[in-house]
Amino acid sequence: MAKVNIKIEGISYQVEEGMTILDAAKQCGYNIPTLCAFNNGECSRGSCRVCLVEVKGARGLVASCVYPVNEGMEIIISSPKAVAARRASVELLLSNHSMKCQQCDKNEYCELLHVAKVTGAREDRFIGSQTPVTVDQITPSIVRDTSKCVLCGRCVERCKNAHGKGVLGFEKRGFNTIVAPAENRSLADSPCILCGQCVSVCPTGALMEKSEIALVDEAMKAGKYVVVQTAPAVRAALGEEFGMKIGTPVTGKMVAALKRLGFQKVFDTNYAADLTIMEEATELLGRIKNGGKLPMITSCSPGWVNYAEINYGDLLGHLSSCKSPHEMFGAILKHYYAKEIGVNPEDMFVVSIMPCTAKKYEKERDQLKTNGLKDVDAVLTTRELGKLIKRSGIDFTKLPDEEFDNDLVGDYTGAGVIFGVTGGVMEAALRTAYFALTGKEHGLVKFEAVRGFDGLKEAEIDINGTKLWIAVAHGMKNAKVLLDDIRAGKSKYAFIEIMGCPGGCIAGGGQPFVKPQFLPNEDADILDTFKAKRAAALYSEDERQTVRQSHNNPQIKALYENFLGEPNSHKAHELLHTTYAARVAFTEK
Amino acid sequence: MARLSDASIAKINEICDRYVDEKTPLMMILSAIQEEYGYIPLEVQEIVSERTGISVAEIYGVVTFYSFFSLQPKGKYVIGCCLGTACYVKGAQQVIDKFSELLNIAPGGTTEDGMFTLDALRCIGACGIAPAVTINGKVYPKLKVSDVPAVVEEYRKMEA
Repeated sequence: MAKVNIKIEGISYQVEEGMTILDAAKQCGYNIPTLCAFNNGECSRGSCRVCLVEVKGARGLVASCVYPVNEGMEIIISSPKAVAARRASVELLLSNHSMKCQQCDKNEYCELLHVAKVTGAREDRFIGSQTPVTVDQITPSIVRDTSKCVLCGRCVERCKNAHGKGVLGFEKRGFNTIVAPAENRSLADSPCILCGQCVSVCPTGALMEKSEIALVDEAMKAGKYVVVQTAPAVRAALGEEFGMKIGTPVTGKMVAALKRLGFQKVFDTNYAADLTIMEEATELLGRIKNGGKLPMITSCSPGWVNYAEINYGDLLGHLSSCKSPHEMFGAILKHYYAKEIGVNPEDMFVVSIMPCTAKKYEKERDQLKTNGLKDVDAVLTTRELGKLIKRSGIDFTKLPDEEFDNDLVGDYTGAGVIFGVTGGVMEAALRTAYFALTGKEHGLVKFEAVRGFDGLKEAEIDINGTKLWIAVAHGMKNAKVLLDDIRAGKSKYAFIEIMGCPGGCIAGGGQPFVKPQFLPNEDADILDTFKAKRAAALYSEDERQTVRQSHNNPQIKALYENFLGEPNSHKAHELLHTTYAARVAFTEK
Repeated sequence: MARLSDASIAKINEICDRYVDEKTPLMMILSAIQEEYGYIPLEVQEIVSERTGISVAEIYGVVTFYSFFSLQPKGKYVIGCCLGTACYVKGAQQVIDKFSELLNIAPGGTTEDGMFTLDALRCIGACGIAPAVTINGKVYPKLKVSDVPAVVEEYRKMEA
């Protein structure tokens, strides 16, 4: 691309033609304060007016996030006029903001607070009317508080980019504008799948997970037998909450922290991921053998399950009946492990640390209760675990590496670890399906075709002459392509993995925020590379495991021998399988 | 959804298909539906969403952005009082207040018998005849507050 000569603060630079002033300045070493702008234009461009700069010859100040550079352009960021204008823009935003910073869960990562600091804006310069406020905390997953919204449009764009038809949009006009589902409904009465992608891009506390830290506190105070399990993706990101580089695996330190936080037992959800694979691979082979409904689709991702129930009620028979791994673990803990260790299941309180906001909803499902007891009692996001650790004064970076509990249950294989990244469940299932069909281990272990971040991946797998087409999709926009084919009766696949969030759990809605302004030690392109870095952390843990196939997990073998019988047995169905029900997109008011 | 008849659904789908080759068909579709039915409730937006692939959130956003579109059914006679600058300085506020008083509805509202809807309009470009009022497209120029009862009576008589 052609280069143009520009001047910033009187210094000459050469940059690519067509770049925005904001991006060009960044490349030249200037961080122009901005609020709405987000990676790859995932926002309603130019709306916040925080990035105003002076351009010689231009009429008035220009918004640097939308204004392209051109030959000979002279840009002044530091002129008193530009500085005052940027400050005033922030002060106007603050005048229509709830300003309850101390009680705001987003405080530490608030981009509005950040630009207020950078521009020197005061919260009380303009006192005026405020837009009528909606606080929606009906879903167990996400709180939407319009008093903190700056109308940047990131959530609107992210929802659309991830899932095709977005759930959020701009409503009304002028001063009354809000971002909301149609009719300013609760997310609970809308087609929202509660994945939390909107939360992960929201610059302020307008969209946030619903915290369940208090539930855990109460359970501990009440003297319950509180056990905790952590999802695979959590270990690949938790370190970020403590300033560690993205992609640093912190499994050992995470376990050490949890043991210090008063949990009686600290388990790895990977154990249950191995169990899921045993059940799911058996279910798949059974469907193939007995002419069951194909393709079979994975059911680990509660965001995806929500999407299926709302949009594809006619295809629910294609979903694997397997519960998601942490729910399976909850059922095993309460109805097997508790008895073995002499604890009353009703006194047991299972906490799941998940990279996910939809899991908070999932644990409330009636279909995920066994004998009247919820399989899982509380779900904390990776971010909430970070808060829990900080609040207790533990210096996370100085913790020793400790091991998960694994008496009776808890051992895990490399197959369980990779559940946290798109393609991982498929790969883990293939390792076990291969063994089940051939009686031999797959020599390479790895199935490269299902790795990587392409929205749709497919492969033809040849297992001893049995040819299977498989596909992997993440983000509902991609999944829709596969689902419409199934509906039209022209799907060639036998097995499909679908994850709600683009990238899979490593980029889930409950993971630490990736906000470049708070990550000075990361590369400039971190928003494009963070998924691959977190994924690499999981794949490296898989490689380090000596056992890498779920069916070779000794404790899983023992569980079947001593308790469940065999995969898909009656007992297994009681504890480890579930049902789904079609729902409408907009519930009648 | 169930409240709409198959014929209505077919009609809405037909309207959507009319603009299938347009790059940004939403405004045209919504205008045609507004004209056909007089309002665009959520059920209808869901059908448009299904047919066009545009999200309900976006459709609802457009419907609530433009005052031309309505979420509620309108009355048989839609009284539009211009409150643009020229009309306003010529006393349009008093005119609309009088309509409000006589019909016992606030601007934006519809009478219980479904006869009248009172709309406050921004400039309709008829500043030369300010204050201007339109009723179902018929223009009443330079309307005085004292003229308002007669205008209302005119329509009531027509219906009696």
